[in-house]
Amino acid sequence: MSADADITGRAIAAEPIVRRGVFRALLRNPLTAASLVVLALFAVIAIIQPWILPYPPNEVNLRLTNAAPFGSDYLLGGDNYGRDILSRLIASTRGAFQAAAVLSVVAVVIGTTAGLIAGYYGRVFDSVASWLFSAIMAVPAVIILISLYTLLGVSTTVAMAVFGFLVSPSMFWMVRTLTRNVRNELYVDAARVAGLPDRRIVGRHVLIAIRAPVILMIAGLAGAGIAVQAGLEFLGLGQAGVPSWGAMLTDAFGNIYVAPEQLIWPAVALGLVTSAFTLISIGVRDTLEGTYVKPSTRARRREIEALLGSAAAERTLGGTADAATATTATTSTSTSQPLLAIDGLRVAYESGGSLTTVVDDVSFRVEKGEVVGVVGESGSGKTQTVFATLGLLPEEAIVARGSIRLDGRELLGLPERDLLEIRGHRMAYVPQEPLSNLDPSFTVGSQLVHGIRAQSRATKKEARDLALAMLDRVGIADPLRVYRRYPHQISGGMAQRVLIAGAVACTPSLLLADEPTTALDVTIQAEVLDLLRDLQTETGMGVLIVTHNFGVVADLCDRVVVMRSGRIVEEGRVGDVFTRPQHEYTRMLLGSVLDNAAPREASARRKAAHA
Amino acid sequence: MLTYVARRLGIGVLVFVAVTGISYVLYHVRGADSIAYRLLGADARPEEVEIKVHALGLDRSLPEQYAGWFGGLFRGDLGESFVSNQDVTAIMSTRVPVTLSLIAATLVLTLVFSVVLGVWAATRGGVVDRVIQVVSVIVSAVPGYWLALVLVIVFALNLGLFPATGFIPITETFGGWLSTIFLPSIAIALGAIFSLAVWVRSSIIDMRRQDFVRTLRSRGLSPRSIMYRHVLRNAAPSIVQMLGLQIIALLGGAIIVERIFALPGIGQMSLDAGLAGDIPVVLGGVAFFVVVIVIINIAVDLINGFLNPKVRIS
Amino acid sequence: MPDLLTAHDLRVTYGRGRNANEVLKGVSVEIGQGETLGLVGESGSGKTTLGRAVLGLVPVAGGTLTFAGEDVTRLGARGRRRLARDIQVVFQDPYTSLNPSMTIRDILTEPLVAQGAKKKDAASTVRALLDQVAMPADALDRYSREFSGGQRQRIAIARALALDPKLIVCDEPVSALDLSTQLKVLDLFIELQQRTGVAYLFISHDLSVVRHVSHRVAVMYRGHIVETGPALQVTDDPQHPYTQRLWAANLVADPAEQANRRAVRQSLPPLDDDALAAAGAT
Repeated sequence: MSADADITGRAIAAEPIVRRGVFRALLRNPLTAASLVVLALFAVIAIIQPWILPYPPNEVNLRLTNAAPFGSDYLLGGDNYGRDILSRLIASTRGAFQAAAVLSVVAVVIGTTAGLIAGYYGRVFDSVASWLFSAIMAVPAVIILISLYTLLGVSTTVAMAVFGFLVSPSMFWMVRTLTRNVRNELYVDAARVAGLPDRRIVGRHVLIAIRAPVILMIAGLAGAGIAVQAGLEFLGLGQAGVPSWGAMLTDAFGNIYVAPEQLIWPAVALGLVTSAFTLISIGVRDTLEGTYVKPSTRARRREIEALLGSAAAERTLGGTADAATATTATTSTSTSQPLLAIDGLRVAYESGGSLTTVVDDVSFRVEKGEVVGVVGESGSGKTQTVFATLGLLPEEAIVARGSIRLDGRELLGLPERDLLEIRGHRMAYVPQEPLSNLDPSFTVGSQLVHGIRAQSRATKKEARDLALAMLDRVGIADPLRVYRRYPHQISGGMAQRVLIAGAVACTPSLLLADEPTTALDVTIQAEVLDLLRDLQTETGMGVLIVTHNFGVVADLCDRVVVMRSGRIVEEGRVGDVFTRPQHEYTRMLLGSVLDNAAPREASARRKAAHA
Repeated sequence: MLTYVARRLGIGVLVFVAVTGISYVLYHVRGADSIAYRLLGADARPEEVEIKVHALGLDRSLPEQYAGWFGGLFRGDLGESFVSNQDVTAIMSTRVPVTLSLIAATLVLTLVFSVVLGVWAATRGGVVDRVIQVVSVIVSAVPGYWLALVLVIVFALNLGLFPATGFIPITETFGGWLSTIFLPSIAIALGAIFSLAVWVRSSIIDMRRQDFVRTLRSRGLSPRSIMYRHVLRNAAPSIVQMLGLQIIALLGGAIIVERIFALPGIGQMSLDAGLAGDIPVVLGGVAFFVVVIVIINIAVDLINGFLNPKVRIS
Repeated sequence: MPDLLTAHDLRVTYGRGRNANEVLKGVSVEIGQGETLGLVGESGSGKTTLGRAVLGLVPVAGGTLTFAGEDVTRLGARGRRRLARDIQVVFQDPYTSLNPSMTIRDILTEPLVAQGAKKKDAASTVRALLDQVAMPADALDRYSREFSGGQRQRIAIARALALDPKLIVCDEPVSALDLSTQLKVLDLFIELQQRTGVAYLFISHDLSVVRHVSHRVAVMYRGHIVETGPALQVTDDPQHPYTQRLWAANLVADPAEQANRRAVRQSLPPLDDDALAAAGAT
């Protein structure tokens, strides 16, 4: 909707990296790449281990009993039974990787298949599967594995397959959710309308979307599987005679007073493999979320500010005249100070090393009791200007230069503590999306009271009375009932009235409204505009209203500021701008308004029918 | 809300029946004779085996046996040990407090430290944030039992600060209880603390980006009040959900850590009983853990139902 | 000449049992060949649901839907696939209606291949399609994220045109676009209609938009069609009290005219919902 929000939200925070690039992006992450190398190394060892073992891993050589590492031919020394530690370490890789493989395959096959079907088709299968998988989740996995080993004497492979089954719910839930999300995407609807059969939709659209998250989860499960398997072996539950890191840990633990260093080797091997899996899954997650961008550190930020500052300084040198004209302009037009004076405001964002200026040298005034409309298309910087005034720009934003004065007091650079006294009290804000701007966990009344009490010394009772009076004032028929409601229980139009009530409760002298009616139905929009007009007339507050709709300007505003790509292109009294637009861009925008276009004629056939 | 609670409880009971039922069948799948031979030794005479089978009630049909076992639950009777002929409930009565202590201590440690660290990382950012993220990766890669080994070596054996093994019930001395439970629960909780802290951090950061937070700020609410009253309040459901999952995942680690610290808990009991072929005791252990998991799940659902006005008032 | 599409007493219900919510309460509309029927209404009025019912994306609970003389109310998967050649769609949000991990070529080829076209034939068709919506041919190997909202919507239109359909359901296709882009896309719709003779079911909440593209306009309110007629008549001289209200609430970019409308709106009697529903149900 408001595309200015796009600039802060979508472009900066998390434009998700498109899936095709995921794998390449992964390899660029050094930790992930290193982990892949480690895993590949261990995997190769697991395969070729019979040929590279220095000694048979179970061969007992009494001379070697608890031999110190790095001596003689035995690199890591010998264990309590006189067996070569290095050989045992190498021989154990196979078991570990087998465990990881069995577990992953079982979990993926069961979880993904069921998740795809449940997510795509929903209905009965979904309810049954969801119930079943939440039941499986309540199974105490380790104790079941212990009992299977001890009571039934199952093999490691079977045990890991059971474990894979027991952890398959996590795969199921993830795949189901992702599939449902994709299923609800409009592009899947479009594919269905195009006549694509379900299997093709799953193949082309769903699998692509779940591919990377499934890999993420496999990495996580594999790491956990190896750790659990080693833990069970540590308890003595492995297959006798088969070397394993867990069994080596047990042996070393029993030997702890004699040769504590023996604990190190299996632990290191185990740690390397499990952490490699963990790092890969973290790498995949970060890449998917697009967070693998070097965050701008404080130093970098200062650097940028300095850079911009010098450019700004350059301008101010030539801009002293600028400032002077501004002053004369104010003195000539009105004898008193303007309510809001924005001068040379410049706001920028850094993304991927380059700087994007979203508000560029913007200056305008709002006089006391005046309604000013800022109008522009997406990316015009209109919303950013409002947030800069309120001091509510996102953290990534950089206010490079300029001045924002409210009643002559400079707001830029004011400490947060001082701003707290100004926000809500001197200037207030009405947002665009009514429902997302109410805290879902609190009743309408309690969040109004929080706001009022933040601004005034009102007691709870006074604040409550004021909130109720305000709800009544904004045209809510039954204030007490709405006061007690939660945001999800009220309509969008009602929510917007509540937000307006909250904004004007402490009689601000300036109201900043960001597309306050865009999300509303036309009939509600008209009523909310009526309300804003009435409140303005009553209190005499200044209003700065941001909109993309010239109709809103025509309905409400005294003056209008037209913005494009962060700059002001035209400013003037509403009547003048509508009748004699000076700038080509304003003319183009007004020319795009559909109000006066002649409607199309009914088609020939219809006309004949009606005649 | 009441039907919501009732439904969760119903699902919990069904899960209990299903898990214990399937385990019961699995443990008996090898047949009565094989169970008896396991107890008596491979060289037992057939008559002995027959007597044993009859004495243990293994000659009844499986459904009948399970029904008997399940019926016993209502009388607080989990059957008798195949090995010692003691009541399983009696065997478990001294062990349940040990394992519950471990779980409770782990829960408290995880919750407190992860929230504190997560809030810290989210609000301070910078170095604190980085350190917590890096440590979480390292810790999550190390299995809890390995950490337990290190803790035993350093704090118990080398420094002698804590007892290396054993358990003192909380009913005796609180200090003693704490000293025996401290190292094991740290060993179990450490990985969870950091991974949950990272979760808390990102939940808070997500929540702070919400529109309503900006609107509250525009009303002049202080950052502190927004953080503790609104941000944490809204991040709580996802934190509680994750905490529940983490604790359930940690139960397996608890069994192994019990072994290392020689804590006489349910995990140790089940392991020893399994090795001895003592099916009723193992079943007791399984039943205990299923109940714990079901209770955790219900608690998570109830807390989140309570936190979510949409559920609470419907 | 018979109508291209006829909906008669169409009913759609979401949910089941206690949660059942009837969204279309007996809707009847007709669209002729090459004609645009504008469908206007506020959120929750059921206008989008009517579009989805025509597309076969929601099950119909009652009434009939006839397309080119054939009853398509409850078509199986196979019949629906056949109908895909004739009925296509352009959705509101050009950001989620194009798969972000597919190139424009893949997106445009998909419907062609689904209908059994050969890859080679599809390639030339795709180029011609881009040309029709005034997009450069080098767009083919790029991803949708590289394009602006208006350009994405052009691509979505090209996809809808790929099978040379007789009817395109346009669900708020310009409401996510900027003012200047909006007009260009609307004019593209009109131009394509004049060239290909395709009919549109054009859904929008904006009376001015509907008025600009439609031959006839139907007004929807709470699951009923409350007024239908030639675009000029419905948008300039509305008869139904709800349409009158809609008309008066529609903002105009002219301060004097807007003040007039405001006065008219404030003088309108309050809406009587029960009376409206009764009027609409006829």
